[in-house]
Amino acid sequence: MSIGDWMERRVGWRRLMHEGLDEPIPGRSRWAYIFGSGLLFVFMNQAVTGVFLALYYVPSADHAHKTVEFISKQVSAGAFIRSLHSYGSSLMVVILLLHLLQTYIYGAYKNRRELLWLFGCFLFVLVLGMSFTGYLLPWDQKAYAATAVATNIISEVPLVGNGLKTFLRGGTEMGTLTISRFFAMHILMIPAAIVAALALHVFLFRRAGAAGPPTTEDKLRALPVEPFYPRQVLKDFAFGLVIIALLMVLAMARPTSLGPMANPSDPTYLPRPEWYYIPIFQWLKYWSGPASIIGIVVIPALLFLLLFALPFFDRSPERRPHKRPIAIGSMLLVFGGLVWLGARSYTEDRRDPAVHARLLAQEEEERRFAAAPFAPEEVTAATSSTVQKLTAPESKGALLFVSESCAGCHGPGAKGGAGLFRLPNVATTFPGEQLKAILRKPNATMTEGGMEPIVLKDDDLDGVIAYLKVITQGR
Amino acid sequence: MTPAEPKTRRSFLGTLAIAIGGAVGAVMAIPLIRFATWPMRHNGGSAAWFPLGAVDKFADTTPVRAEVEVRKTEGWRATVTKQTVWVTHDGVGKLRVLSAVCTHLGCIVPWKPELKQFVCPCHHAFYSADGAKLSGPQPRGLDSLPIKVENGTLFVKYQYFRQLTPKPEVIG
Repeated sequence: MSIGDWMERRVGWRRLMHEGLDEPIPGRSRWAYIFGSGLLFVFMNQAVTGVFLALYYVPSADHAHKTVEFISKQVSAGAFIRSLHSYGSSLMVVILLLHLLQTYIYGAYKNRRELLWLFGCFLFVLVLGMSFTGYLLPWDQKAYAATAVATNIISEVPLVGNGLKTFLRGGTEMGTLTISRFFAMHILMIPAAIVAALALHVFLFRRAGAAGPPTTEDKLRALPVEPFYPRQVLKDFAFGLVIIALLMVLAMARPTSLGPMANPSDPTYLPRPEWYYIPIFQWLKYWSGPASIIGIVVIPALLFLLLFALPFFDRSPERRPHKRPIAIGSMLLVFGGLVWLGARSYTEDRRDPAVHARLLAQEEEERRFAAAPFAPEEVTAATSSTVQKLTAPESKGALLFVSESCAGCHGPGAKGGAGLFRLPNVATTFPGEQLKAILRKPNATMTEGGMEPIVLKDDDLDGVIAYLKVITQGR
Repeated sequence: MTPAEPKTRRSFLGTLAIAIGGAVGAVMAIPLIRFATWPMRHNGGSAAWFPLGAVDKFADTTPVRAEVEVRKTEGWRATVTKQTVWVTHDGVGKLRVLSAVCTHLGCIVPWKPELKQFVCPCHHAFYSADGAKLSGPQPRGLDSLPIKVENGTLFVKYQYFRQLTPKPEVIG
């Protein structure tokens, strides 16, 4: 029996392969269908590079920036892997938009594909959530400022806004708790939701079958059918190679930058979000005062609602784009609007001399920081792991505990450790004068363990005993 | 369905895709492995020279206790710990700086002026004023540290040694 047969009996992999690869595609394979698989490739890139980045990253306001700087400047291939991750997030948004547009233009959300579409939209929001939470983690000026602005926008939501902002930030201000929760969302919660939604998305896609090109029902039925493998698989695969090559070239040619550490007290810093949030950033500029709730909350919420609910109200079976002027027209309007807003933002920044100069200065500051050599974070280690307020005799005892080499066998603070003897609660084990006696003349068990008689003046020994009582029982 | 691709062609394309995918995966694995194994290639380096003070301060032949700040780098952070050293002289009066770590089991060894010996309080290891082994369970004398004198200042480079070996072995 071959290994293949042996595995087949236990796993049934041939049937799985058949299920996976022989999915019929009406109207044959097309380059237009590569984006879904493309997203899977980028997702794999994000997962692998993300897991490796977690080897060095520390999610705390004290260390986040230093560890990202360490990754970028010190660790072998660190700048490269961090760049793969950060460019990957941009590419994810690009391919996601292409996937969305292709599905939209082809009318592929029609014909009992409402849930498939719904999970796609849900994944879209989750991906935006990933880029939002991930952007903060380096904790540099740009990350801090962009997240401060974004979380402030959330507080515009009526009734729950302020609560939501405080919840997201883990407090009224941004700080170390913000990093912790953004980190947990970024590496645990949202990825788990993505995996679950992705599984359902793919399952529903397979269940509904490939939609094929946008044409009439009758013509679609007459079109030749081709299995997913080999042609479509190879097209998807070729796209995957292009993605990896593109990411590698970008990561090597222009490594992702890191600015100076976030400084909340710097009011002159001009925040600018990642490029794909720029249109929304620009949009928000047009709204102020009581009307801002319309621009900031109502209109975006309505657009997302329309997007989610699309297959529920666009019920006509017509899929040909030229026969769907409203659908295609509104799509062009929204995308045209977003592109226009993005372009406006860049030109406004360029035309305002003060803003332009400030942004250039910030870029220059970032370049200087990137070029500066890495210096590790200096920590002065405490000699004892317990920081306690000690009385004068106790602190004398603490010094003697170290200088008389007690700590050598009992560990710092008599806490024991590998190969060390942890001290019991001395006051209850040897009550009254017993303790002093046993220290001057250790018993057999103690001597066996290597304990030596303590030769100290009486008041010095009292200091040691006072200290021992503090560290073994507390106060 | 269109007639299926000839079987050999199908499996050839599949093998090709797997081969290319494997090659790309292998290339991508190189930076990832180098990234993950960085700490194995960077163990913090050796300590820097630490000034102990003017060399004249140590003219007396009685060993003098001094503290050395030892800076240790772990990736992105550097910790500074204090270590005890004994400044003393060897048999012909040349300056020596000894690590206070007992070569037996690593206790810190104090100087007993009344005995004119170093006596380890843990297991009675006795050392002479220049650090040589006198008696006890220790395998060798106290370890002497690299020193230099520059512009009248004594510098020491702190090192950690392996315990229980007859010859000193620097471990960091």
